[in-house]
Amino acid sequence: MLTAILIMALGAVILGAALGYASIKFKVEGNPLVEKIEAILPQTQCGQCGFPGCKPYAEAIAGGEEINRCPPGGQEGVRKLADLLGREVKPLDAEEKPKQLAIIDEQTCIGCTLCIQACPVDAIVGAAKQMHTVVSSLCTGCELCVKPCPVECIRMEVIEESIDNWKWKYPVIELKRVA
Amino acid sequence: MFQLFKFKGGVKPETNKAVSVTAPIAIAPLPAQLIVPLHQSIGGMPRPLVKAGERVLKGQRIGDPDKWISAAVHAPTSGTVVSVEERIASHPSGLPTLSVVLEPDGRDEWMERAPLDYASLEPERVRERLRDFGVVGLGGAVFPSHAKLVAAKAVPMEELVINGAECEPFMTCDDMLMRERAEEIVRGVGIFRDLLAPKRVLIGIEDNKPEALAAMRAAVQIVGENFEVVAVPTRYPAGGAKQLIRVLTGKEVPASTRSPEMGVQCFNVATAYTAWRAIAHGEPVLSRIVTLTGNVEQPRNWEVLLGTPLRDLIALGQPKADTTGYVMGGPMMGFEMPSLEAPIVKATNCIIAASPTLFPPPAPEMPCIRCGACAQACPHELQPFELYWFARARNFGKTQEYNIFDCIECGCCSYVCPSHIPLVQYFRFAKSEIWAREREKNQADAAKARFEFRNEREEREKAEKAERLAKAAAAKAAAAKPASEGVSAQSVAVTDNTAATLDPEAIKKATIAAAMERAKRQRESVQPKNTEGLTAAQSEEIAEIEARRTPLQKPTDQGEENSAPAIEK
Amino acid sequence: MNFTSPPYLTQNVSVQRIMLKVLAALVPAIAAYVYLVGPVILVQIGIASVACLLAEAALLKLRDKPLALFLGDGSALVTAWLIALSFPPLAPWWLVVVGSLFAIVIAKHLYGGLGQNPFNPAMIAFAVCIVSFPALMSQWPPVDMGAGVGEQLALVFGHAPRIDAMNGATPLDALKTALKLGEGHTSVGTIMADAAVFGRVAGRGWEWVAAAYLFGGLWLWQQKVISWHAPLSFIAGMAVLAGSLWLWDPQQFASPLFHLFSGGTLLGAFFIVTDPVSGCTTPKGKLIFGGLAGALAYVIRVFGGYPDGVAFAVLLLNIGVPLIDLYTQPAIFGMKGRKP
Repeated sequence: MLTAILIMALGAVILGAALGYASIKFKVEGNPLVEKIEAILPQTQCGQCGFPGCKPYAEAIAGGEEINRCPPGGQEGVRKLADLLGREVKPLDAEEKPKQLAIIDEQTCIGCTLCIQACPVDAIVGAAKQMHTVVSSLCTGCELCVKPCPVECIRMEVIEESIDNWKWKYPVIELKRVA
Repeated sequence: MFQLFKFKGGVKPETNKAVSVTAPIAIAPLPAQLIVPLHQSIGGMPRPLVKAGERVLKGQRIGDPDKWISAAVHAPTSGTVVSVEERIASHPSGLPTLSVVLEPDGRDEWMERAPLDYASLEPERVRERLRDFGVVGLGGAVFPSHAKLVAAKAVPMEELVINGAECEPFMTCDDMLMRERAEEIVRGVGIFRDLLAPKRVLIGIEDNKPEALAAMRAAVQIVGENFEVVAVPTRYPAGGAKQLIRVLTGKEVPASTRSPEMGVQCFNVATAYTAWRAIAHGEPVLSRIVTLTGNVEQPRNWEVLLGTPLRDLIALGQPKADTTGYVMGGPMMGFEMPSLEAPIVKATNCIIAASPTLFPPPAPEMPCIRCGACAQACPHELQPFELYWFARARNFGKTQEYNIFDCIECGCCSYVCPSHIPLVQYFRFAKSEIWAREREKNQADAAKARFEFRNEREEREKAEKAERLAKAAAAKAAAAKPASEGVSAQSVAVTDNTAATLDPEAIKKATIAAAMERAKRQRESVQPKNTEGLTAAQSEEIAEIEARRTPLQKPTDQGEENSAPAIEK
Repeated sequence: MNFTSPPYLTQNVSVQRIMLKVLAALVPAIAAYVYLVGPVILVQIGIASVACLLAEAALLKLRDKPLALFLGDGSALVTAWLIALSFPPLAPWWLVVVGSLFAIVIAKHLYGGLGQNPFNPAMIAFAVCIVSFPALMSQWPPVDMGAGVGEQLALVFGHAPRIDAMNGATPLDALKTALKLGEGHTSVGTIMADAAVFGRVAGRGWEWVAAAYLFGGLWLWQQKVISWHAPLSFIAGMAVLAGSLWLWDPQQFASPLFHLFSGGTLLGAFFIVTDPVSGCTTPKGKLIFGGLAGALAYVIRVFGGYPDGVAFAVLLLNIGVPLIDLYTQPAIFGMKGRKP
């Protein structure tokens, strides 16, 4: 009886010590969860989630905010977040849109610079009273520049499939059809 | 006896080569229209050099190489450019690509051709010549050859391997080229040899091509070179560059390494031929040998102008009635041509007319039973069934752990699979998904970095402005005390409004107004505008816009300061 | 345009052909069985086949899979035949049916059907039945029990009382029991000389069935349906362990040859550990898998309470397959001797 108790006690002490050691040795600084969440978010900085940028939204998610607020991330993004956080996959809280690109109609642009101020990633170049243009490789398609334009010269265009971004499709399994 | 090495795996499909080697190479007639895609090689998309309506000569450059890894594109014959527009590409996607549509005038009038005495030139100039004459790997990969003709700095070049193996079934274009134009191939190999200075030159040809072997040996004799022409065992994919290097040199070049880093480089025989034509005759790559075979009445090899629509080529072979489609490349690695309008390009080594009897429709896909036949057949010694498992589950991280990028998509695994699983399709799918994700990740990272930088900059500017204003206020306050009446004209209004209290808000406004005035004057006097030299109509339009702008002037003022950094970048 | 993806050529191979070859390789052993025990084995094979195919059909229907395609693949038949051959030949029909249903429904389809089962279905059937009905599963008739076909069928279909003559255990069991009873005073040699159940090297008659498995297995290897790794290492694993103990004390431990030709050793070596679905796939992994299974089978059959250990050994090793495969991934082209 006594031996049994002693053995159990010893086991508890050893395991407790091991856990204590591990918590010191493998201590994690900062909040890696926010970083992991942010890595999944598409970094469009569009604010469609209601937060000013991807990082604030990541912080909010870590604090319990819904994971389905990010339209550019799409359902795929919701799924990844659900995977990471062990939460349930929810339908996206908005319409899923294909990836877009802002295009400034250079004939109409009056050079007001409002869009330049709106762009979260400095993807629009131009100066006051000079024509502006979108650097398409930097544009995240966030649409933040569309509203501020006083002459409505900015439109969003869906990025079309081209030979450069074409992808091989998932092979179709045709078992049913054969049967 | 030359010592050969073995590569693991591989398969031995029915070769079906005999039918297309009975007749010599024939010159395909000039089609009514040529569609020359600008992007015919790996690397940068060449920039178009011609416009619709322009007359071009045969051999005239119509696409200028973009960046180092790129190759020029030329007019295959003389004629008139009809348009430069998007046309369907010879690509499995069936998507369009920018192409020069050319209407031949039938005169086939050459531009001025000048042979190059390459021995007296810097190697760099020779490489440039090859790039500007559109010499790319004609084995099917179309990698610009000049970029491969650089030896590694630290590793001496030991072997130059010339690939005449042609392991794909049905395909005989290299075989025929070696039979008929062996001497020029050997001379081309000589150029590569001179640029790379390897210790040995090995020409590998599968032993099912005795005529080509004999022709090449004879040519080596005639030219007086010491190249070794080696018969390699017939086994698909012996003609894969890495497999042939392995067989001839014993070296295994992994996917992560460039072959010059292991002292070896590999070129296709047809590439050597075009390199010789480019250097010694001043002829850019305008045509190539294409095997037209399969379900046609007259299988044979044709020398076809690049840009010839598929429709014109297949008419020469008279496809049989039950032909269901056309495969570009071999039956193991080729793809179905998306349209009869798609053109013959530098990568088109073979066109196979397909029929249900020739290529039976795939049997239904069964579950993988992990029999391991694919692993035994894989020439890169991968575990295809594991890759399949992960690719199917879209677990792309795992596919990379199992070396999916070492897969050369040779199709051996699918060929032997008892469950008829389209393994290669799964791998291609996984690879392109990984690439797409990589692109997205890079874009997201860049966006994040720019966003953070922008935030930082705004913070900094705010701080700087506050500081500046504080300083200005202090200075003003100091100046205002002794002479309160001597305020500048512009700030009179301000002082009036604020009843001489000179609060910071008023000073700020005044400073902005002054700065704007200065800036405006300066800009008007110095800076050129993109609104100069316009037509009357455009000026009118601008005036109209300016009129519309006036009410918006307020917010714009605020913007001017913020916009400046955006231009700097 | 009706063809899809390259390669457009394929070898003339299919799952069905592989399974048919496995069935063909079992034919010599079945022939030996029929000669030695009688045609009752054919009845058992029939019962198992019908049970497996019906279960397979029902499950495929439930899972909404194409019936003809999967029933025709022959995998259910292979399971059925292996069950019939590993069960006692005079086992009552319902026992075979229970085993078959368990194999197909639980061990195969609940895990996802063909290609997805982590455990060998036939071995699951054997293990479940021997745990649930140990007495029935241990009754192996001596080869010349003298019962006619009618009598045998009556036993299978439960119309006759299970006579005492049937209680003749397997040679393995007989040896183990005798050694235990002898409490160290007897030796393997005397036991084998005394009892009628023993033959030249192992169980009388049964050694010939074992030899037929060996023959069929070698043919499968020659046909490239199986690789040599797993069978050889399985045999080696058992032989090395049996051999060392036999050398240490030949009185108490039977010779490796006895063990190779007894029980399910050769059936296991060529038809069970070579199962690609539940076994290892890398060459090194196959060697480890086979060797450990062979050794474990020996340990269980000699020191354990069950008449044979092949089924348990294989099932235990099945658990370790993913791990073994993970750690035995072969070096790929160009990466041999390099750190990836």
